[in-house]
Amino acid sequence: MSNDQATSTADVPASAFDDLTQSASSRVMTCARAQREALEWEMTHDKSVFMLGEDVYGMGGVFGTADGLGAKFGKERILDTPISETGFIGMAAGAAIAGMRPVIELAYVDFIGVCYNAIVNYAAKTRYMSGGQLNVPMVLLTGTGGGYNNAAQHSQCLHATLAHMPGVKVVCPTNAYDAKGMMHQAIRDDDFVVYLMHKGAAGVGWMGPTVKTTLAEVPQNDYTVPFGKVKVYREGTDVTIVGVGLSVHHALEAAEELAKEGISAEVVDLRSLVPLDRDGIMESVSKTGRLIVADEDYMSYGVSGEVIASVVERDPTVLKAPPSRVCVPDVPIPYSRALENYVLPLTGRIADAARSFF
Amino acid sequence: MSANNSTRIEMYRVIVRSRHFDDRLTEQYWVDKTPIFAFGKGPLPGELHTSHGQEPVAAGLCSVLSADDFLVAAHRPHHMAIARGVDLDKMAAELFGKKAGLSGGRGGHMHVYDASVNFSSSGIIAEGMGPAAGMALARRMQGKPGIAVSVIGDAAANQGAFHEVLNLVGIYKLPMITVIEDNKWGVTTHKSASTAIERNSDRAAAYGLVGEYVAGNDADLIREACQRAVDRARNGEGGTVLEIETARLRGHFMGDPASYITGDRKDFQVDPIPLYRAKLIAEGVMSEEQAAAIEAEEKARVDKAIQFGLDAPYPAPEEALEHVFKSA
Repeated sequence: MSNDQATSTADVPASAFDDLTQSASSRVMTCARAQREALEWEMTHDKSVFMLGEDVYGMGGVFGTADGLGAKFGKERILDTPISETGFIGMAAGAAIAGMRPVIELAYVDFIGVCYNAIVNYAAKTRYMSGGQLNVPMVLLTGTGGGYNNAAQHSQCLHATLAHMPGVKVVCPTNAYDAKGMMHQAIRDDDFVVYLMHKGAAGVGWMGPTVKTTLAEVPQNDYTVPFGKVKVYREGTDVTIVGVGLSVHHALEAAEELAKEGISAEVVDLRSLVPLDRDGIMESVSKTGRLIVADEDYMSYGVSGEVIASVVERDPTVLKAPPSRVCVPDVPIPYSRALENYVLPLTGRIADAARSFF
Repeated sequence: MSANNSTRIEMYRVIVRSRHFDDRLTEQYWVDKTPIFAFGKGPLPGELHTSHGQEPVAAGLCSVLSADDFLVAAHRPHHMAIARGVDLDKMAAELFGKKAGLSGGRGGHMHVYDASVNFSSSGIIAEGMGPAAGMALARRMQGKPGIAVSVIGDAAANQGAFHEVLNLVGIYKLPMITVIEDNKWGVTTHKSASTAIERNSDRAAAYGLVGEYVAGNDADLIREACQRAVDRARNGEGGTVLEIETARLRGHFMGDPASYITGDRKDFQVDPIPLYRAKLIAEGVMSEEQAAAIEAEEKARVDKAIQFGLDAPYPAPEEALEHVFKSA
């Protein structure tokens, strides 16, 4: 992985990641560890919570979300599944209807291709079609994104493909504090929640050095981060950069560069796509008058268009210039590093989009 | 275990009730759909897959289920819903798109839900099986009594979910029964053209499950086979694939004249109701007079439900926006 993709300038102290590895008492942690902590707490306190997915019992899942939980809770509650996604996601939905609170690990969001029916025709629609008789309190935890040269079938974000479908709450935390609080919220929510974690933001070993701005001090106690509220990572006055997932961290890096050039960028993390905090987006753009949306999903028919529409529908006159989209152009994610880096919405493209306003 | 007389009479009742319900729906379905047919016209719009001929499967199956059990039906759900005891008035109102319907008019005929009797249906072929497996899993995890049954058609056995879920049932030893209604037709395609083996129940062996085929479309035989499967599930012996021969006496959906059912394939189109009626009378289970009385009572009961559905008010249009999420 190139440094351009993996390394973010630090808003947290440079020592934070080292602290994590060196001091057992540190509460600064990665997103993956933070979401694991929430899952462990919920499983300890609520017998209806259980986890299922491929390689979760022994291995702890590809992100370590269930690391150690197999030994603690046993095979009955950390359920290894065969590679049968439509079967076990449908099964989880049925268990949820019958009073359980399953947390599913679907390693890569790309795999929704083999279980899309269970997600969009069953889990998302059952509450509505039953007139509110049945609820599906289920969490689908899945990894998104590229930047590690794994090509078109293991590198997608597919935010919009999920958020487009009524009946699915879609959240994408970008730092450890949110990762834990939103996992608590997701498990306690009575609706179906898709919890998207960008692989590059998770803080897992196989993605290289942890992006430092994803690390955060995480309270020991349980707490929730409600859905539907943007987070302003960095305040600014000249341009709003709205980001999703790892793009938020690229936007922070771009903002750092831009600051040196005298451009003050505000970085807004959507945090949740459904519900979407349209007022929060509007508030920032009203202040700066300029909007860039950085989204690692495909550009057309996606989140970037939705964010821009949210502003234009409310008041197009707040915009001093046409808004800009920094997304994956409408091509599959290529394999070669040279090609992939060209299509991803990395720091350089975001900064250039901001510069073009001035 | 043979059914006693009152159970057999109750099964006959359920069969008659279901048939009359579908007959009344058929009559309502054609209102305002002539001279030019359109799914969306009339008081009973949309597709309609009636259960004509398949009633014994539902009657036999539901006669051995208990209140704690879950039943997940498919796109042809009326007979299953009625046999399970879904509220008939609310079901009729739902099919007519009324506010008083089970789902306030959001579900319709392929999506019948009645949580009070643990009944649901799903219109995507074989995709109700995973949820049924999950309901069975939940019952076991909760330490509660109860099993789950998924009902599919024979053509659904060629869907991926069928194989994925049977494997899950096998490895987790879930108390789930898969009932395959073998009506020999997947829309217009005959089983022999879509399915590589004659009996889908033989596929159970691939997943370490018990498979059983029940010929005859006879409520008594179906009930006995279902009882064996239910006993295995309740005793922790895992799942069963029960393929039950039945008859689809109508087209795939209303408006399909089924002209492709020709030659000796018509021989399978036998109405099970007169046969079961004659059998119960011949065996002294009920008299001709009792049969006639049951039929009259059930028709009156169904007619009342249909009228309730027809008379009920439509929902306010903006109710379309409710129930997507429980909490915003």
